[in-house]
Amino acid sequence: MHYCGDFRTTYEKDIEILQTPTVRIGVAACLAFLVVFPFLVKGEYLWVGLQILIAVIGAVGLNILTGYTGQISLGQGAFFGVGAYTTAYMTTKLGLSFWVGVPAAGLVTAAAGMVFGIPSLRLKGLYLAIATLASQFILEWVFLRWEPVTGGSFGIVVPRPSIGGYVFDTDRSFYYLVLAITVVMVLFAVNLVRTRTGRAFMAIRDHYISAEIMGINLFRYRILSFGISSFYAGVAGALLGHSLKYVTSEQFNLGLSVSYLAMIIIGGLGSILGAIYGAIFMILLPKVLTVLTTKLTMMIPGAAGLAIAMEQGVFGLIIIFFLIFEPDGLAHRWKMIKAYWKLYPFSY
Amino acid sequence: MSTQYFLQLLISGLVVGSIYSAVALGFVIIYKATRVVNFAQGELLMVGAYVCYAFLVQMHVPFWAALCLTIGFGIVLALLIERLILRPMIGEPIISIIMVTIGLSLVLRSIVAAVWGTDILVYEPKLFPQETINIGGVPVSLEFVWCFVLSILLLGLFSAFFKFSKAGVAMRATAFNQQAAQSMGISVKFIFGLSWVISAVISGIGGVLIGNINGINTSLYHFGLKVFPATILGGLDSILGAALGGFIIGILENLSDGFFKSYFDLSGVKEVAPYVILVVILMIKPYGLFGTKEIERV
Repeated sequence: MHYCGDFRTTYEKDIEILQTPTVRIGVAACLAFLVVFPFLVKGEYLWVGLQILIAVIGAVGLNILTGYTGQISLGQGAFFGVGAYTTAYMTTKLGLSFWVGVPAAGLVTAAAGMVFGIPSLRLKGLYLAIATLASQFILEWVFLRWEPVTGGSFGIVVPRPSIGGYVFDTDRSFYYLVLAITVVMVLFAVNLVRTRTGRAFMAIRDHYISAEIMGINLFRYRILSFGISSFYAGVAGALLGHSLKYVTSEQFNLGLSVSYLAMIIIGGLGSILGAIYGAIFMILLPKVLTVLTTKLTMMIPGAAGLAIAMEQGVFGLIIIFFLIFEPDGLAHRWKMIKAYWKLYPFSY
Repeated sequence: MSTQYFLQLLISGLVVGSIYSAVALGFVIIYKATRVVNFAQGELLMVGAYVCYAFLVQMHVPFWAALCLTIGFGIVLALLIERLILRPMIGEPIISIIMVTIGLSLVLRSIVAAVWGTDILVYEPKLFPQETINIGGVPVSLEFVWCFVLSILLLGLFSAFFKFSKAGVAMRATAFNQQAAQSMGISVKFIFGLSWVISAVISGIGGVLIGNINGINTSLYHFGLKVFPATILGGLDSILGAALGGFIIGILENLSDGFFKSYFDLSGVKEVAPYVILVVILMIKPYGLFGTKEIERV
């Protein structure tokens, strides 16, 4: 839907990402907020912001694979792990810098994702979901058992990155580094889905036989989609490792894969904005639940164990409620709200 | 690897495999009738085991009554799940259905952890005799034998149910073609409910059996994740395949574990072997041993 007066007279105007002044101001305001955010809050809240930025990278990557290409992946958590271990190994045992480690983490994870994506040539839907579930368990096992590289059950201690003597050792400086990477990755994804490649992904999602008839090489684009999505996961995992300063195998279990799938479903499949909303929602949710449960335990002593057990349950319930009552996700709901106000009060 | 060690692995594989078969059977029944991929199958087993524990140990009900009450509880739970969670999801894409059952599994797990805690609980009194007998020179605990025999009985019972009873035939008809079944006067809603009930009951009984042998804790749901190798091996919509697949996966995981332990000194292969097998099967024969091949037309 376009505003009235929104005429596009040249091709350059037509391919702009931010079409109207309102949108431009909105995005600029969001970016400005993200830049001043570390000065507004501190400690725990800054940490949450950092986690959200990292989650945005991972969720956008998964949405390229699952939302745009229609390939269900239950292995995103393990691919996070591949990225985290790659950068951890390179920066600690090989002595390379962060600036080599993170891109390398992305590339290694992309390669791993392409290998595990090979079954997608023959499999789809449920079968592919199960194949990626298997890759999750196999990778988790490798993390735990390949001790010379992964450090086994002890894990690896990872340093914070540095550039020319400046060390990003505070959460605030690291936040800006992650923010820059996140903006670049999101921008790349926004542009990717508007190119031939992105349209090929969507064609495969909507009807893969028709896509093949129209000259889209299914194998190449499916593998490419796995590769790009895993690259995002690898970078996000690497940043996660550097932010926690510690990498172990338990961080990258099936639960992580599930929460990323939940992010893109709650946010909205096949929408970059949806992935961002979903990431914000899913990172904030456990924090809010923790605050609520601590309040609850203060009122009712002895309920601590119960409250911790119920946190996972509430998380599950929210997934169920969203799927039943809001199956198109937050991005769709936001669009509906905007459409309502755009036409208000003459909605017909 | 000595023969005795091999036999021991084989037997423990058979016993674990019999539980896998029961859970896989439950999974396939739901998938065949309703096309729902149930990621909460292991949680149904866990809930069954804990509910039976509650009746048997906490309320001191005799075993046969506890078992009946557990089955009753399973029926109510299955009907509630089907009606409240899966019925609104009919016609949704497969990813939503997968996610909703994952959400369900988280809810069931947290309820169990909240009510019974996370420690290992042991059934008291033991249902099966504790003696061991000799099979081919290998000492085998009698409870293993009982567990094996009972699950074979369970599998036989449900095979007969699908083959001969009216409801079983109706379920097969619904799986084959919902519209045709409905126009013949079969209530598809009833069949959906029934398949969830049967599945929950089978898994629950599996949980009770495993609870009698090993005791129960909150990691019991791992049995549910082994369902995927078993059912993919047997074919996703084949009941015979699920039963066989469960046994094969159980045996293979124990044998490979023993093999790698004794020759390569590599422990923990058990956890990953079923999934490696799963990937191999998906690569060479994605519809399994007995599954129906899907044919797509434009």
